[in-house]
Amino acid sequence: MAKIIVVTSGKGGVGKTTSSAAIGTGLALKGHKTVIIDFDVGLRNLDLIMGCERRVVYDFVNVINKEATLSQALIKDKRTKDLFILPASQTRDKDALTIEGVQEVLEELSKEFDYILCDSPAGIEKGAQMALYFADAAIVVTNPEVSSVRDSDRILGILQSKSKRAEENKEPIEEYLLLTRYHPGRVALGEMLSVSDVEDILAIPLLGVIPESEAVLKASNQGTPVILDTASEAGIAYSDAVDRLMGEERPLRFLDVQKKGFIKRLLGG
Amino acid sequence: MGIFDYFKSKSAPTSASVAKDRLQIIVAHERTKRCQPDYLPKMQQEIIDVIRKYVDVGSEDVQIQLENTDDCSVLELNVTLPEHN
Repeated sequence: MAKIIVVTSGKGGVGKTTSSAAIGTGLALKGHKTVIIDFDVGLRNLDLIMGCERRVVYDFVNVINKEATLSQALIKDKRTKDLFILPASQTRDKDALTIEGVQEVLEELSKEFDYILCDSPAGIEKGAQMALYFADAAIVVTNPEVSSVRDSDRILGILQSKSKRAEENKEPIEEYLLLTRYHPGRVALGEMLSVSDVEDILAIPLLGVIPESEAVLKASNQGTPVILDTASEAGIAYSDAVDRLMGEERPLRFLDVQKKGFIKRLLGG
Repeated sequence: MGIFDYFKSKSAPTSASVAKDRLQIIVAHERTKRCQPDYLPKMQQEIIDVIRKYVDVGSEDVQIQLENTDDCSVLELNVTLPEHN
């Protein structure tokens, strides 16, 4: 039985696809057979972030409509063993996803995979609800910024009321906060919400903090998940997050501004 | 914190603390709305209609609030009656 994890946020542009690619790769690197599904029908981008855009033949909607089999649509990652991608359809709209269709695909994938990562589209409409409906766990990607935090709280409400687990009164979805685009320097200056500020407001366990990093754009330019950039702070922070997802203890890193000298500290420069 | 920050912190709150305060208020407000049962808005409207059948009050003079405590929910109804009949 696979564990189904939705990567969601409500707000767009906070790093859902970047995080899905990184965490999915991280899980596969640990030897867990993992598939990442792009639920953003009509606006697919996971293929581009994973660098497999030219290998897409069939997609998620083709499988739901039985126009292709799962094995035809799944793309095996070239870099990481045990990692597969199921791309979204670019020509359809979100109505192409149905509860029954999604359930059937997830059940089939469950037989073969250890982890199914659902990369949710932005918003709270049908696409986002489909992505979270069958989830066992949710990674809520949030930026330290007012609109993102508010939208994250909204999506937490939907996880708690409109998911399958909620509707069937089962054990609730495990919720994890992933704080991305964090800028310790601006936090120190009081210009950005801190980790503990966001934790106070959302009140869910923290999976990780990904610092703002040039490596993220560089990785997406090249179509490589940033977790493979093991020299970058963002890559290391994602690795730590994957370890925590596996239940391991990892101290938080990259939250402090580089230490200053005594005189500078005294003057508060 | 440096010496200058010490003086600065007394004058104005940082923009991050303003953000946190605003978020805490709006999120708490939205959470209470989220917990409301689906029938509440309709029931609210019908109660207001009944009251207005007998008393000449505007809809803004009737306030209905549902408060949830640990083991029970309290429906609070507040009607501001006009001064003269």
